[in-house]
Amino acid sequence: MHLLDFQGWSAERVHSILDSADIMREVLDRPVKKVPALQGLTICTAFFENSTRTRTSFELAARRMSADVVSFAAGASSLSKGESLRDTIETLKAMRVDAFIVRHPASGAAHLVARYGGLPTLNAGDGRRAHPTQALLDAYTLRRRLGSLEGLKVAIIGDVRHSRVARSNAELLPLLGAEVTLCGPAPLLPRELARPGVKLTTDPREAVKGAGAVMALRIQQERMAGGFLPSMAEYALSYQVNERLLAEAREDAVLLHPGPMNLDLEVSGSLARSERSLIGEQVENGVAVRMAVLYHLLVGRRE
Amino acid sequence: MITELKNVRRMGENTTGSLFFENGTIRGWNLDLEAQQVLDGRGGTVLPAFLELHAHLREPGQEQKEDLESGLAAAAAGGYGTVVSMPNTAPVVDDPGIVRALIEKSERLGFARLRPSAALSRGQQGEALADLRALRDAGAVMFTDDGRTNEDAHLLRRGLEYAHSLGVLVSVHAEDATLRKDGVMNEGTVSEELGLPGNPWAAEAARVARDVEIALLTGARLHIQHLSTARALEVVRDAKRRGAPVTCEVCPHHLTLTDEALRSFDAIYKVAPPLRTQADADALLRGLLDGTVDCLATDHAPHTQAEKERDLLEAPFGIPNIEVAFALLYTRLVASGRMSLEALVDLFTAGPARVMGWAAPQLEAGAVADVVVVDLEGELEVRPESFKSKARFSPWAGERLRGWPLLTVVNGRVAFQR
Repeated sequence: MHLLDFQGWSAERVHSILDSADIMREVLDRPVKKVPALQGLTICTAFFENSTRTRTSFELAARRMSADVVSFAAGASSLSKGESLRDTIETLKAMRVDAFIVRHPASGAAHLVARYGGLPTLNAGDGRRAHPTQALLDAYTLRRRLGSLEGLKVAIIGDVRHSRVARSNAELLPLLGAEVTLCGPAPLLPRELARPGVKLTTDPREAVKGAGAVMALRIQQERMAGGFLPSMAEYALSYQVNERLLAEAREDAVLLHPGPMNLDLEVSGSLARSERSLIGEQVENGVAVRMAVLYHLLVGRRE
Repeated sequence: MITELKNVRRMGENTTGSLFFENGTIRGWNLDLEAQQVLDGRGGTVLPAFLELHAHLREPGQEQKEDLESGLAAAAAGGYGTVVSMPNTAPVVDDPGIVRALIEKSERLGFARLRPSAALSRGQQGEALADLRALRDAGAVMFTDDGRTNEDAHLLRRGLEYAHSLGVLVSVHAEDATLRKDGVMNEGTVSEELGLPGNPWAAEAARVARDVEIALLTGARLHIQHLSTARALEVVRDAKRRGAPVTCEVCPHHLTLTDEALRSFDAIYKVAPPLRTQADADALLRGLLDGTVDCLATDHAPHTQAEKERDLLEAPFGIPNIEVAFALLYTRLVASGRMSLEALVDLFTAGPARVMGWAAPQLEAGAVADVVVVDLEGELEVRPESFKSKARFSPWAGERLRGWPLLTVVNGRVAFQR
C-alpha cells in the first residue's frame, strides 16, 4: 500500500516492479505516451522541500498513466504558520485525493503522512533517511545495463551521512544480491551504517576496486559549514570520482549520480559526459520506474 | 480542624489504621480524636507526598501547553505535594515579581505546593547573572538555566559561588550544546539508520565532567539534572568518590524507554536529553540502586498535541509524565522485583529533600500533612484523555500499571482524589 522504504520488502517484489518498468519504458517509447491505468484517480504531490526534478518526474509518471495530479508546496512556510504536518495532510485528504507522493526535510515524515493520511503513500525523499524510488531507478538502470545484480560490487562515494540516496541504495541493492561499499571522508561516513552486505571505507581506491558500478553523491556545499570538511578543494582532490579513480574499478564499470551534480567537485565533468556514464539514463528510467511503482501501489489496490 | 484519614496501611504493614491531621500538621496514628472531616483511604498505602524537583509548568506565557492550575493539579494527581518549577517560561523567571506572583497564585489554587526555581542568568542568556539575592528573597528555591546549557564556564563558576553563599542550589542541564549540535535523538545505530541528526553520549559526559570540576573548584553544591547516559553517571560516581559536592537525578522515561522508540517517528518520544540505549537505561537503574543517583525527577514537559504531531525535526522536546511517574516506576521496578518499595519511595521523597536541603518528609507527629495514598494492588490503564495536565498524550498510553495515587493531601487539604 505504501512505498516508504524497503523494510519488509522481498527481492521478488522489487523484481516485479522492475519488470513492470520494462513495460512502462515501452509505453514511453510510443508516439502517444499514455495509458489509462490510473484514470479517475487523483494523486497529490505534497512537497515540503523544493525539488523540481523529482516532482516533475513523479508528475509525468502519474500523468502518463492518466491520473489527475494536484500539487501542494509547503516549504517551511506552513510550519511557521503553526500548522502541523497532520493538519496539512488531513486537509488534503478531505479534498478527496487518492494517494500522496511526499517529500519532506525530516526523516520519518513519509511514515507520518502514511499514518495520518491513511492513503497510499509514496516517499519521494524524507530527510536523510530514504529515497526509495531513486534506489529503484538506480537498480533498474544497473539491471538494464549489466543484467543481474547478483554479486555486483557497487561503490557509493561522497556525503553518505546526509544522503537518503545512499541509505536507500544500501537497503535495496543488497536485497538484490549486490555488495555495497559506502565511502567518504570519516566525518561524512557514519560507522553505524555497516552491516551484512554493506561495507564502509574512507579510501576511495579500496571502495572502487572490483566495482561494476560507482555512484558519486552530491556534496551539499551549504552543509559543509558544519565543520565536516576542511575545504571543497581537499574533497575534490581526495574523493572526486574521475577517470583515474574509475581505472581501479572493473573495466566495464559504469558511473551513476542521483543529481543534481556539482561537476568537477564530486564527479569530473568529462566522466559524467562519457559513455561510461548512465546519468542521463537514470533520469529517463526514473519516469518508467515511478510509473511502475504507482501501478503496483494503486492499481493493485483498486482491484 | 481535625481530619481522619482512615483505612490506610503503612508501608510494609498489613493492617489498616487511621492517620490524623490538624491544621496542616500530622497529629499521629490511630488517635482517639473526634474528626471533623473523615477521608477514606480505601485500603491503600499511605506515603509522604512526593517531591518533584524538575517540572515545566509553562506559566507565564505558554499557557496553551500548561498553566499552574493544570500543572499543579496534574502533580497532585501524580502524588506530588511539592513541585519545583523550571524558569524557562515566557518571560523567563528572572524577576522577583514573577516568583512572587507564581507562589501567590499557586497558594490560591490549593493543589500541589509550588516552589519556583529562577534563572541563573538574566533571560537564561548565559551572559550575566540574574539578581540572585532578590530572587531568593522572593521565594526562588533553586537557580538554573535548565535547557540553556551554561556554555560559559566562568559564568557558571561565579553563579555557583554566589548562589552557594545565598544557600540556594544551582542545577544544570549538563549537555555540551556545541557537541550536541542539531541532534534530535541519541546518536547511534538507530539514528544513523533513520537518518536523523544524533546527539552523542559524549555531549553529556563531557559537560558533566566540566561541571563537577567547577563544583570541586568552588566547593559549591551542584545538582545535575536528568542524567541519561552510562558514561555521565560514571563521571558522577567518580566525582562523588572524590568528595565533589554534586547530586544528580534521573527521569522515568530514561529508565523505561530507549532510542528504539524513535523508529515510530512519533515526536512524543523526542526529549532532551534523548532516550538512549538499553545499556544506558540499565546503568541508570544500577545508579538508583547503589545510591549514585540521588533522586527521581520527572522533567514533566507538556506541549500541545499539534506541536507533537510535527515531524521529528520540528517538534519540541519533552515528555509529559508527572501523573504516571510513580505508577510507572512502581510497576516496572518494584512490582517486577528489581527494587524495593522503600527504595523507590525514598527516591520520590527523602531523596529530593536531601538534594534541596529540606527536612525529609515523614508520617510522624509534627510533620507537615503532605501525604499520598497509593493503590499497590489494583491495575489501571494509562488514559491520557483523563490527565489533569493539558498535555493529554503519553508514551505509556494504554499500558496497565499499578501503584496509582488514590488521594493526595497537601497541607492537610485534599489536593486530589481519584
